[in-house]
Amino acid sequence: MIRIQQEDFDIGAEISKLRSGRTDIGAIVTFTGTVRDTAQGECISEMTLEHYPGMTEKELQRIEQQATARWPLQGSLIIHRYGTMKPGENIVLVITASAHRQAAFEAAEFLMDYLKTKAPFWKKEDGPDGGTWVDARDSDDDALKRWETRRKAAE
Amino acid sequence: MSVKLLYFAWVREKTGLGEETVDLPGSVQTVSDLMAWLKARGPEYEAAFDKSDFIRAAIDHTHVTHSTSIDKAREIAFFPPVTGG
Repeated sequence: MIRIQQEDFDIGAEISKLRSGRTDIGAIVTFTGTVRDTAQGECISEMTLEHYPGMTEKELQRIEQQATARWPLQGSLIIHRYGTMKPGENIVLVITASAHRQAAFEAAEFLMDYLKTKAPFWKKEDGPDGGTWVDARDSDDDALKRWETRRKAAE
Repeated sequence: MSVKLLYFAWVREKTGLGEETVDLPGSVQTVSDLMAWLKARGPEYEAAFDKSDFIRAAIDHTHVTHSTSIDKAREIAFFPPVTGG
């Protein structure tokens, strides 16, 4: 399941919903991304996330399908917020559920690595010197390549 | 050919537009051609597409490279590398 929304989410409630009535799940992994109050030593008063309605849904669905095809998942959820957020607020939630922990851990990491490099979201940080668009990081591209290498090694 | 163009993040701020519909001459065949054509439309576009190597594109909601043909495209978006998550 994927959701793109302006409002905050309740991590506990989302986990409960995902596992409700199920006894086949043995491992649940969650990742939460939150707004930091500093970036490169500068204070951040708020962050605004812009996205591309239509394409965002399509990309997140595609990413989730890839994870489902690659790991034996019994459930997964991606929630990504857009709009203006203050330091400490939630930005993104990924939950993966599987019979065993390895698949759940790996799938959650894979989902985040793909989301960071493929989902059309852009962050703008507001601080004392005005707004700055966040630059993409090479380390995120490297994180993605790791999954491609692993896939080739497995083939 | 008439096509809808969308701009996001600093590409949107520099062009001053979120979206527009344009009629393209037949000589504009690829994403790269389109960026060169847009760049010649005025100072805002020139500023927005100055570092065109750095700009990413999507055709009808799918990521594409600069050499991709825009033939049959209904919606083309331009944006900086994504920074969500």
